[in-house]
Amino acid sequence: MWNRLDWDWDYTMQFLPHMFSALKVTIAVTFASFAVALIGGLLLAMLRRARYKGIAYLAGAFVEFIRSTPLIVQAFFIFYVFPISFNLVLSPFTAGVIALGIHYSTYLSEVYRSGIDAVDKGQWEAAKALNFSRMQTWMRIILPQAIPPLIPVLGNYLIVMFKETPILSAITLMEIMGVAKQFGSASWRFLEPVTMVGLLFLLLSYPSSLLVRYAETRLNRQRGS
Amino acid sequence: MNMRSDEKPIVRYRNIRKSYGDLEVIKGIDLDIFPAEKIAVIGPSGSGKTTLGRMLMTLEEPSSGTIEVDGELLWHKKVNGKLVRADEKHLHKIRGKIGMVFQHFNLFPHMTILRNVTEAPVRVKGMSRKEAEKIGMEMLDKVGLIDKKDNYPSQLSGGQKQRVAIARALVMDPKVMVFDEVTSALDPELVGEVLNVIKEIAREGKMAMMLITHEMDFAREVADRVIFTADGRIVEEGPPEQIFEHPKSERLQNFLSRFMAKV
Repeated sequence: MWNRLDWDWDYTMQFLPHMFSALKVTIAVTFASFAVALIGGLLLAMLRRARYKGIAYLAGAFVEFIRSTPLIVQAFFIFYVFPISFNLVLSPFTAGVIALGIHYSTYLSEVYRSGIDAVDKGQWEAAKALNFSRMQTWMRIILPQAIPPLIPVLGNYLIVMFKETPILSAITLMEIMGVAKQFGSASWRFLEPVTMVGLLFLLLSYPSSLLVRYAETRLNRQRGS
Repeated sequence: MNMRSDEKPIVRYRNIRKSYGDLEVIKGIDLDIFPAEKIAVIGPSGSGKTTLGRMLMTLEEPSSGTIEVDGELLWHKKVNGKLVRADEKHLHKIRGKIGMVFQHFNLFPHMTILRNVTEAPVRVKGMSRKEAEKIGMEMLDKVGLIDKKDNYPSQLSGGQKQRVAIARALVMDPKVMVFDEVTSALDPELVGEVLNVIKEIAREGKMAMMLITHEMDFAREVADRVIFTADGRIVEEGPPEQIFEHPKSERLQNFLSRFMAKV
């Protein structure tokens, strides 16, 4: 009667609808935090090249700090500590988007940085000689050259972030892992819900990674390499 | 020394020095360039001639000394009679009077040729795209590349790229233009087409030109005045005939003889 490796289909059918609707939360939190990370990472990368060395240094220190502490600790801070320390109450979704988004913005800032460093220094000089402002130089000259080659790497980070979202169940976000934990702890049957979570991630991640690989080969062909 | 003392210089270097760490590459240079004057700067590699042009284009900041452009300080501002480092706004204003063509062209690879030439007038000068394209086409015509307007830089030869870079700088209508060893990265057979374009522009006359070059025949033909730099100083200057036919200093004599021997 304790044979927990027997798959219980009735039980599965019971939680699966909840899991499917929670999948929407998983996907929404993934894209929202990816958007935060895309913009935040770009800002950090640009700040690290700021003319004022103080700003560049602060941005660098922020990146190192975030990258050197665990995501789950940051999520706990934003969700459980901020309401008390700063009187800032956030929904699990918002807190999750901020935590995951900012955490990955530090990784993406490194990705952007590699792309920006790959742009020839002569491009900056030509832009200056033509009297483009710093912002115009970024927007019109540097980023249009730096970003396209990064698209596959950015796509991979989207998938990585997608697979990181279960961490947010720790701050009560009802994404699919949250649902699995809820049903699991109520019935003491974790096999089915956790298996389904893994399966759902596999079903979505794998095709996405194929898509990224396809985009990469196309891009490489375009650039003639 | 020159016959233009009644005229106001467009560029005025005063006691300019430049160091990188312990290495001083410019050791006190005074130089006036007059409106529409064509000066050629020659000298051995490492003599500081490229740095001289780059400081005028605001790509490198002098360690000390001042540069004036059209009567205004470039790197400095006077506040209560004291010189202070100019802010970006001031640099932006003065920089509009200066143009530069680079050794490695530095065209924007993600833009068509026409776009390369029109982007700055539209974004920086606020010109309408139509107006910019009209002027851009004129300049592309001048450098003989109007049929390449829809191509991308990667589809052009080195000589063609450099001609586009010249058109791109001309569109901004600078008062003084720095040509920094613009043929040094070119295959020998492509040098001529670029020099011809520059000669043509020099003939038109209204813009001052600072030609940093290793092409002695070209310097002789185009320049009103030749500056010979060595070890971070101006060693000798004068009209081309004097510099090339009757060099006074031993440094210049050695430089020229070695140069001729190489060619």
